[in-house]
Amino acid sequence: MTVADALLLALGVIAVGSGALVVTTTHLVRAGLYLVISLAAIAALYLVLGAELLAWVQVLVYVGAVVVLLLFAVMLTRAPIGPSTDLDRPAWPAALIGAGVGIGLTALLADAFRWTRYALPETGTPQQMGQEIFGDWVLPFEVLSILLLAALVGAIVLSRPDIGARRDEEAEKH
Amino acid sequence: MHAVIPYVTAALLFAFGVYGVLRRRNAILVLMAVELMLNAVNLIFVTADATLRSALIGVPHEAWAYPSGEPHAGAVFALFVIVLAAAEVGVGLAIVLQYYRMLRAVAVDEVPLDPAVGTDERVAG
Repeated sequence: MTVADALLLALGVIAVGSGALVVTTTHLVRAGLYLVISLAAIAALYLVLGAELLAWVQVLVYVGAVVVLLLFAVMLTRAPIGPSTDLDRPAWPAALIGAGVGIGLTALLADAFRWTRYALPETGTPQQMGQEIFGDWVLPFEVLSILLLAALVGAIVLSRPDIGARRDEEAEKH
Repeated sequence: MHAVIPYVTAALLFAFGVYGVLRRRNAILVLMAVELMLNAVNLIFVTADATLRSALIGVPHEAWAYPSGEPHAGAVFALFVIVLAAAEVGVGLAIVLQYYRMLRAVAVDEVPLDPAVGTDERVAG
């Protein structure tokens, strides 16, 4: 049990514990805040595993942007401040499938890797990441930029009721 | 480092994500559970990168395992998944907010499958 093991174990417990609270809490806003804790713990796990740039991107994009978006949506849908009673469906099918997935994946990975020791990888620098992205992975990178543009346009069209294909439908009604 | 610790962490996070997607009625909470699942996959990518690199120490650079000198493909893939997740949550929340504007509800199991209901409300509102 080295220092890295202890760190991985502690951060993993934090991530899984707050992840469990995200899917079980009855407060909508608290679910978003537990998600922040879980994502930050995963970012720290990335740091321990030597993916430094990825950890900071996780903090910037997930904790900074995605969670803020989710909390904005919670506010815009007029969610109540206190606990809500109508957030959940009956538990047993979800619990059955979730436990099946969890036990299956855990058994698979634990059996594959046992208690083998691996050398802790050296920290990857942003320079190496940049060479990887713009060397080997430049085509997926460009495809992703097109996808981001499409998602941007799609979100704008979806959230503006005055543009899009609805107009001719309404013209037929009148 | 024992690689099984982050692997099991990722497996449990994915299981909680599956549970949340199936259990929750509120569409925003469903999106949060999807984020948990995507993060579990990212953690698998990064851990696999670390263990693979550790297992390949001493293998010459020309070998099949090294497309380039210093492989960080796991971190690059995780970056791509983060970008995909950002796009997904943007479009997903646009859909949820538009649905809320039409029907004043965010429960995913009460979505009317009859198309007439939605159009009536939208024209009336």
